[in-house]
Amino acid sequence: MSQIRAVLFRSSANRLRFALQEGLHVIVRGRLSVYEPRGEYQIVLDMMEPKGIGALQLAFEQLKERLAAEGLFDQDRKKAIPPFPRTVGVVTSLTGAAIRDILAVLRRRWPIVHIVIAPVQVQGEGAGRQIAEALTALNGLDLVDVVIVGRGGGSLEDLWSFNEEIVVRAIAASHIPVVSAVGHEIDITLADFVADLRAPTPSAAAEAVVPVLADIVERLRELRVRMEQVMLRHCASERRRADAGVLGLKDVRFRLQEAAQQTDDLMDCLCKMTQRLLRVRCEQVHELQRNLSSLNPILVIKQGLVRIPHLSKRLEGRMCVAMEHHRHRVRATLAQLNTLSPLAVLGRGYSILQTVPAGQILHRAGDVETGQELEAQLARGRLSCVVTRVLDDSPV
Amino acid sequence: MAAVKFETAMARLEAIVGELEKSDLPLDESLKIFEEGIRLSKSCLKILEEAEHKVEVLVQDKNGKKRIHAYSSGEESDEPSA
Repeated sequence: MSQIRAVLFRSSANRLRFALQEGLHVIVRGRLSVYEPRGEYQIVLDMMEPKGIGALQLAFEQLKERLAAEGLFDQDRKKAIPPFPRTVGVVTSLTGAAIRDILAVLRRRWPIVHIVIAPVQVQGEGAGRQIAEALTALNGLDLVDVVIVGRGGGSLEDLWSFNEEIVVRAIAASHIPVVSAVGHEIDITLADFVADLRAPTPSAAAEAVVPVLADIVERLRELRVRMEQVMLRHCASERRRADAGVLGLKDVRFRLQEAAQQTDDLMDCLCKMTQRLLRVRCEQVHELQRNLSSLNPILVIKQGLVRIPHLSKRLEGRMCVAMEHHRHRVRATLAQLNTLSPLAVLGRGYSILQTVPAGQILHRAGDVETGQELEAQLARGRLSCVVTRVLDDSPV
Repeated sequence: MAAVKFETAMARLEAIVGELEKSDLPLDESLKIFEEGIRLSKSCLKILEEAEHKVEVLVQDKNGKKRIHAYSSGEESDEPSA
């Protein structure tokens, strides 16, 4: 087995980010030199990397990618953490600081909590299997409401169990919601990716899974007070409404009384008016009856009959006078007529000549010719004459 | 599980208070859910009062049989870590 010495000078050693331990596999870089006192070749190192850790890191990345591709880290797989767990399961070591922190926080916040610890080894060979089995066992109890899986801080290697596939799959398979609490805030493991909730520390996990009992009791009290206040308000407002209703009824009763009173008054008034009207009408009727009896036609006829003899006497008197007057006028007129009548003239020896057949009364001799037949009207009788000669046409 | 019962009761209680405070319910319905709310708040308090703090340890014996026993803080030293 060939070997070569390597040296790391203090100035270079101070720059390393990890502590050197016996048995550690490392990858190194340096320059070859000769150690003159022994006449040997040696490497003077200027770079060193832990070979094992680099491999873990690689394994972590590869597993993470594979499980993520399976969908184990999907958000929609996450179960809700129950708000009021009765029983909390804890998967961790009984010897670590984590269990003390968790118990202290749970007891302080939610003193009525029932805790079931499934003790496991949290680092080293076989730890991953124990953690997975503990999870399965808690799931089998049908008692636990939420499980905290975790441990306190440590190196990457210390926390490595929580990156193991068996642990990740057990958390994914749990039907109880799982809260992961591995190491400190800065430590991220695959258990954190798959858990339903990732808490930065075990204490934080305990705070996340239980409420504060005093808060809940206070909340219950507050809800009760609010309900009672609402009901008091409600009852008071109903009461006010009922009171308003009663007041309204009183009002109605008063108004009814008022209306009744008014009705009575109006009825009174109406009666009085009717009676007055009746009286007036009766008087009118009596008046009319009086008038009517004074106009009795029998009475009128009797009165008329009394006047008839007197009137007929006056009529007769008047008639005699009128008759006498007219008789006188007729006689005068006849006398007058007599003086004007042609017959009176004829009586005095005159005659009237008329042409025949025209009957024209002759005033001038010149109006007729010889041979003209004439008729002469005398006071008594008529003569038929013929013109033998027209003597003269001059006036008399 | 008691936790589920408590959670359901709390949720119902919150809903009742919200419903009451909306105040558009007739009085008789308000009274009905108010009584339910009071019953729920009492039973929630009762659950809280009756629940007891208990710490237990789930262990597996050599035959692979699981059992639960009470936890004492001195236990951690007895418990093998492997």
